[in-house]
Amino acid sequence: MNNNIYKPYLMEIEHIVEETPDVRTFRLKFTAPGDAEKFSFKAGQFGEYSVMGEGESTFCVASSPTRKDYIECTFRKAGRVTNALANLEVGDTVGFRGPYGNTFPIEQWEGKNLLYIAGGIALPPMRCVIWNTIDLREKYGDITIIYGARSVTDLVYKHELKEWSERPDVKLITTVDPGGQTPDWKGEIGFVPTILEKAAPSSENTVAILCGPPVMIKFTMPILNKLGFRDKDIYTTLENRMKCGFGKCGRCNVGKIFVCKDGPVFTYEQIRSLPEEY
Amino acid sequence: METTIKSLRKQSLEKLYNHLASSQKIYAPIVTSDKQVEFRYNPEFRDVTFEHIRSTLSVKNVVFPKIENLFYFTNTKEESIIKDIDLNIIPEVVLWGVHPCDSAAFDILRSIFCWDIKDEFFSKRLEKITVITLSCHKSDEFCFCTSVNLSPDSVKGSDIQLSLLQNGDYQAEILTEKGNELVSQVPDLFEQPSGEKKVIAGVKNKFDNKKVTSNLSGVFEHPFWIRNSLRCIGCGACAFVCPVCACFDIQDETKGKDGRRYRCWDSCGFSLFTLHTSGHNPRQIQSQRWRQRIMHKFSYMPDRNNALGCVGCGRCSSSCPVDMNLAEQLEALQNI
Amino acid sequence: MNSLVNRAKMLLEEKSVNVVIGYEAGTGGTARPAFISESADAEKLIYNEHCVHNLAVYLSKQEVRKMGKIGIVAALPVMRSILMLIAEHQVDPENIVIMGISHDGSLLDIENIQVMKDYISKSDPGNPERYKDKLAELNKLSMEERFEYWQKELSKCIKCYACRQACPMCYCTRCAVEVNQPQWISVKSDISGNMEWHILRAMHLAGRCISCGECGRACPVGIDCHLLTMHLSDQVYKYFRVYAGLSEKMSSVLSTYEPNDKENFII
Repeated sequence: MNNNIYKPYLMEIEHIVEETPDVRTFRLKFTAPGDAEKFSFKAGQFGEYSVMGEGESTFCVASSPTRKDYIECTFRKAGRVTNALANLEVGDTVGFRGPYGNTFPIEQWEGKNLLYIAGGIALPPMRCVIWNTIDLREKYGDITIIYGARSVTDLVYKHELKEWSERPDVKLITTVDPGGQTPDWKGEIGFVPTILEKAAPSSENTVAILCGPPVMIKFTMPILNKLGFRDKDIYTTLENRMKCGFGKCGRCNVGKIFVCKDGPVFTYEQIRSLPEEY
Repeated sequence: METTIKSLRKQSLEKLYNHLASSQKIYAPIVTSDKQVEFRYNPEFRDVTFEHIRSTLSVKNVVFPKIENLFYFTNTKEESIIKDIDLNIIPEVVLWGVHPCDSAAFDILRSIFCWDIKDEFFSKRLEKITVITLSCHKSDEFCFCTSVNLSPDSVKGSDIQLSLLQNGDYQAEILTEKGNELVSQVPDLFEQPSGEKKVIAGVKNKFDNKKVTSNLSGVFEHPFWIRNSLRCIGCGACAFVCPVCACFDIQDETKGKDGRRYRCWDSCGFSLFTLHTSGHNPRQIQSQRWRQRIMHKFSYMPDRNNALGCVGCGRCSSSCPVDMNLAEQLEALQNI
Repeated sequence: MNSLVNRAKMLLEEKSVNVVIGYEAGTGGTARPAFISESADAEKLIYNEHCVHNLAVYLSKQEVRKMGKIGIVAALPVMRSILMLIAEHQVDPENIVIMGISHDGSLLDIENIQVMKDYISKSDPGNPERYKDKLAELNKLSMEERFEYWQKELSKCIKCYACRQACPMCYCTRCAVEVNQPQWISVKSDISGNMEWHILRAMHLAGRCISCGECGRACPVGIDCHLLTMHLSDQVYKYFRVYAGLSEKMSSVLSTYEPNDKENFII
């Protein structure tokens, strides 16, 4: 068949990181000759990852497009497919369809300061754009990352948090919820909105990228507005139940937009115009 | 191509049908023993009905089957192989006795499956059909094609349209190259037009769809949705009988190490349609799902696809176990 | 009819109920379920031979539960469904007012569950007369002939689940067919998927079906799936000597073990 849009790339798991007891990161490489060269994507896009026989699941591509030989994804064990994925080992096959969706407009951000704010398992969709902008460091102003999770165990990408904290050109603030700290915890203690208010980054010439659970977003947004960020300068990613990933199966729409086509990246100005069905 | 008008005597109709049925697949409507109108492959001409108002199921399964294999796979620890589908084995099919509402649906389905990236499964199947429509000389209280920019003798999506004439013969409008090709196989059956008038049913206009589309942009939170959907039981009957509904699910199935990924019909009316694995459901109650159905067909699709998501065939309303009469609801939305 | 309308008006005006679930006129002279919350709208309530929908199906809907106290127009099948739902702890009898209707349309005086039980006990609890011939005809077939019959019937199925959604006893928020860890029942609508679904449903209704026939009536493609559940209803009576929907205290026939059961194992 000429162009079967439902057929996935067959990927081999090159490396697995157990981020937390129920979160995994996979590094995947293309197996068929020529696929790796043909493939390209941009920060913000997602794919449909599958275990043959179990089904497909939607995650972002968590690695940066500046890193060419592989793609990475991070997921939590939640349902049938993610549990099946978590049982795989290095060398096993994962199907990948993509890249789908729109992208973070990093070209428009050149020359600006970037403020990344993430909570818990919402760091993965941001990780690709964080690395993308760090890899092109000279194009951007200050880069600040504020990342929090419920507890120290729940922090993902622990190795990279260390790497970011050691870089002189990135300011990283990590926090855990009160009670989530370990005795040797050196970061902040407090909810992300509180820590954001404490850090009070300047909104001047700055773009904010915010991803997290709904309750975190609800309390972080007013702080950002107070600090002077306008809705059109705050970016986020939306999630919704998906199947096809390219606007045909009719499942992921929020009002008239399809999260898989018009998203997953949106500004808050766009989000506010959407009906509340996400 | 310019439309040619010919006429077919009643006897010629049978000859045409038999010629087609003898050489290829023909999908024609019959009345079953329990009084349902069903489309079947190659029924005997004597069983083919010309008197049906609507078949129970639409004919969308010819281009959008209720189960479509997307690919086969073999998956073991040592290797994984994907075996693609050969779409060349899809046979040509002549659709016979399809009403104008159903044939107009093909274009709307194309606007879903072929926008942005092309779905080959749908496109290949669409290429392989020749559509012989039968204009409507009967209608009932569920029909509302005239409210959605169609009519009982609309030729949208048709290759040859047959219309009953007052003297019992049929007029044939040959509309496309495909239709012309078919006629050229049995040219003697197609005679000069007789001048007889077509018998076309009257279908009362029930609502102004432009007003409905315009009103819908402002009523997302209106109490109308809850009030008018309380009796909806949340089954998929309306979506599955609809010629335009194309929402689908993708599932995997295995037997040992072999398996396949397929897609199958799904309905936005089901409670699990939008359920996240986390347990969060953006459309938790039926009124939100009912609203999605109407919005999708009459607001989002006209906006995105430049097409109304409805052909006014009336199947949804006549199949609904609790009479969620769509035309009635749209009329209310027009006046909201 | 007037007394039904008046009773509804009274219940709504006195705020004894927040909504009355009954029937109103539908398309082309038929009837359809109606939710009346304003006393002025009570005029819409009707009762005639088209009023066959089993309104008890709405009692498990989360939106309806939130409406508070409910008045429900209840013909005999609806009454039996209500008893079954109470027996399975899905409906609190304190929350509903039964507006009983006899088969000739006259309003009954049903003050409480006991009165309803007494009324129900006066009629034949077995399958309705109009289905008995077809059931007998199917029973005469050999096992192979019967399987062939159902294979043919169920090949029409499109898995729209209208049968499930119309049934008051199918109230599971996650139906067995929607469980995917593991996928017990094939999702797709091919012959094996269809047979698996209907056999599963009939088994899950054994000892619970009150033979209203709604599943078959709701089917858009005309499958008589009610014959499957009704047949099992006969079988349950044959082996367990009970009918569903006769009491508000009924333990599940297939999953209750009594020490004096004649089988010495749970199956």
